[in-house]
Amino acid sequence: MKTYNSLNNIVIIFFLMFSVETFATADSKLVHMDVDLSDQQSLQRGAKIFVNYCLSCHSAKYMRYNRMGSDLSIKDQVLKENLMFGTEKVGDVMDVSMREEDSINYFGVAPPDLSVIARSRGADWLYSYFLTFYKDESRPFGVNNLVYKDTAMPHVLWELQGIQRLASKENVTAVYYDPTYKDYLELLTPGKQTERQYDRTIRDLVNYLVYISEPIKLKRTKIGVWVMFYLFIFLLITYMLKKDYWKDIH
Amino acid sequence: MSGPIKILIGLRDWVDARFPLMRIWNEHLAKYYAPKNFNFWYFFGAFALLVLGIQVITGIWLTMNYKPSAEEAFASVEYIMRDTEWGWLIRYMHSTGASAFFIVIYLHMFRALLYGSYKKPRELLWLSGMALYLLLMGEAFFGYLLPWGQMSYWGAQVIISLFGALPIIGDELSLWIRGDFVVSDVTLNRFFSLHVIAFPLLILGLVGFHILALHEVGSNNPDGIEIKNNKDEKGVPLDGIPFHPYYTVKDLMGAAVFLIFFFAVVFFAPEMKVPGTQGLFLESANFIQANPLQTPEHIAPVWYFTPFYAILRAVPSQLGGVIAMGLAVNLFLLLPWLDRSPVRSSRYRGRNYRVALTLFVISFLSLGWLGLQVVTPLYTWLARFFSVVYFSFFLLMPFYTAYDKDKAVPDRVTD
Repeated sequence: MKTYNSLNNIVIIFFLMFSVETFATADSKLVHMDVDLSDQQSLQRGAKIFVNYCLSCHSAKYMRYNRMGSDLSIKDQVLKENLMFGTEKVGDVMDVSMREEDSINYFGVAPPDLSVIARSRGADWLYSYFLTFYKDESRPFGVNNLVYKDTAMPHVLWELQGIQRLASKENVTAVYYDPTYKDYLELLTPGKQTERQYDRTIRDLVNYLVYISEPIKLKRTKIGVWVMFYLFIFLLITYMLKKDYWKDIH
Repeated sequence: MSGPIKILIGLRDWVDARFPLMRIWNEHLAKYYAPKNFNFWYFFGAFALLVLGIQVITGIWLTMNYKPSAEEAFASVEYIMRDTEWGWLIRYMHSTGASAFFIVIYLHMFRALLYGSYKKPRELLWLSGMALYLLLMGEAFFGYLLPWGQMSYWGAQVIISLFGALPIIGDELSLWIRGDFVVSDVTLNRFFSLHVIAFPLLILGLVGFHILALHEVGSNNPDGIEIKNNKDEKGVPLDGIPFHPYYTVKDLMGAAVFLIFFFAVVFFAPEMKVPGTQGLFLESANFIQANPLQTPEHIAPVWYFTPFYAILRAVPSQLGGVIAMGLAVNLFLLLPWLDRSPVRSSRYRGRNYRVALTLFVISFLSLGWLGLQVVTPLYTWLARFFSVVYFSFFLLMPFYTAYDKDKAVPDRVTD
């Protein structure tokens, strides 16, 4: 006889429609990359790429070396010898030695801090960005990018990837980015790495950027599982308590 | 009786001789008789209290490490996320708590619409609840500036500039709110003060008022029947049960369910990154430090303001939009007087109200969704359509409720 049920059902159905609708509009212009933070070796390789290729111009000023060391099982000695160039103290943050005014002179803009770049740009964006540099003589550093048009950044990884060029320019002008980028970009000069090796390199790098954007993410979900476990036990106990108290209420 | 218990009872009696301890306990818990037929919708008041507690406690700890200055705010939030012990958990609980608060409050308000809980003699209860809702909106708005990200900054810039649309006083008013010609360090400092001191004090005080008002008139229930009309010889309502222990244990069980959902978000999806959005609870643009010289491509308020934001955008003139938005929020205040039906609960109301309420809920959710989207002509027309439905719910209420074919209301609660 619950006359109000139909109303409840309508509300619930609407909630479902609402969520489906929202799911349908994902950004399809970027190449998707599966982030895997459980792959510690990938994160360690990413750290190495990061300090060698990124950290000379970009800072990660909210990230401490020894936090990375303890999270990624890197000993202080190894940290100091292989991953730290600007400082001796493992408790320091990943700062950059280049002065901001110099970098503005070199690049036109100050290279952004990368501590939380993966949270603002997203992993797919970063992955696509590293994939789609191409030769463009009109730009100051001779390269352009399909994801971030007229980027001020040089293709720092060019010696690994090689140099790509636009295959057919008239197709590309209107395209922000297309997952089938190979229709538009082709390898002009090969780099030190094969296509597969380079793909792994930038996956490692993006994995690492995702990690430094939220270091606790490595542990957060694991802690969460225990919290859920506890809360379900708590629910069971409170349910039994409620049932016992309410047994005479009709 | 064992020693320690005796001492505790002695202590209680000592306090009770000097303070109305047992009276308060009895009036508000042990001898406060609540209807026995509360259903699912009656959990949300208790949940609101729980979220308030979470927000106050996590807020106190966040304040210990947060720095309210334009130079340091963004970095101090990252410091909390990385270097403060368990700071990430406290911060995620607080950011999730903000959204949870609105979810809970919207469902709590929906309950009042469903069962006519705003009707006589509960008008003041409803008004104090609405005042709480308005304070909560202010509290959320001030708090959202504090991380000092791009969305914080530009969201505040846009919302404050809305006051500028008011005639004559507009410009002066928005200047007075900001304390500067643009949102700046000055604005951040005063918003911090309002967020951690002024509004929490007002909210806590008003929550006290809200609960006292509730306990004075007694709780409504899904049947919308006044349980005080049927009492036994001792003056206890026949359909009432003491709040404690019955509803304390029931709400404790409810709290467990709530916390499962709450912590699932905190631990597994703190950004609430529903595909197609930037993150409903933490937006990706807010991980870029505020930059007064660079406007983000797409500025949208947080989801809990988007129904009203959609109404604002649906009106072609800016002043008209601001007025419509203000009305949309404040029309709820008039519900006790707009509703002409003698029947409270939608269980016994005629078709008019039930249809109207359904349409209202659909339009509210649709407007909320539209407010998150980038404007297109189609969406603007949809927003206009749903805005008309939204306002009709209130403005036509005196007519459709007066001529509704209400059913007979039973004397006693049904389940």
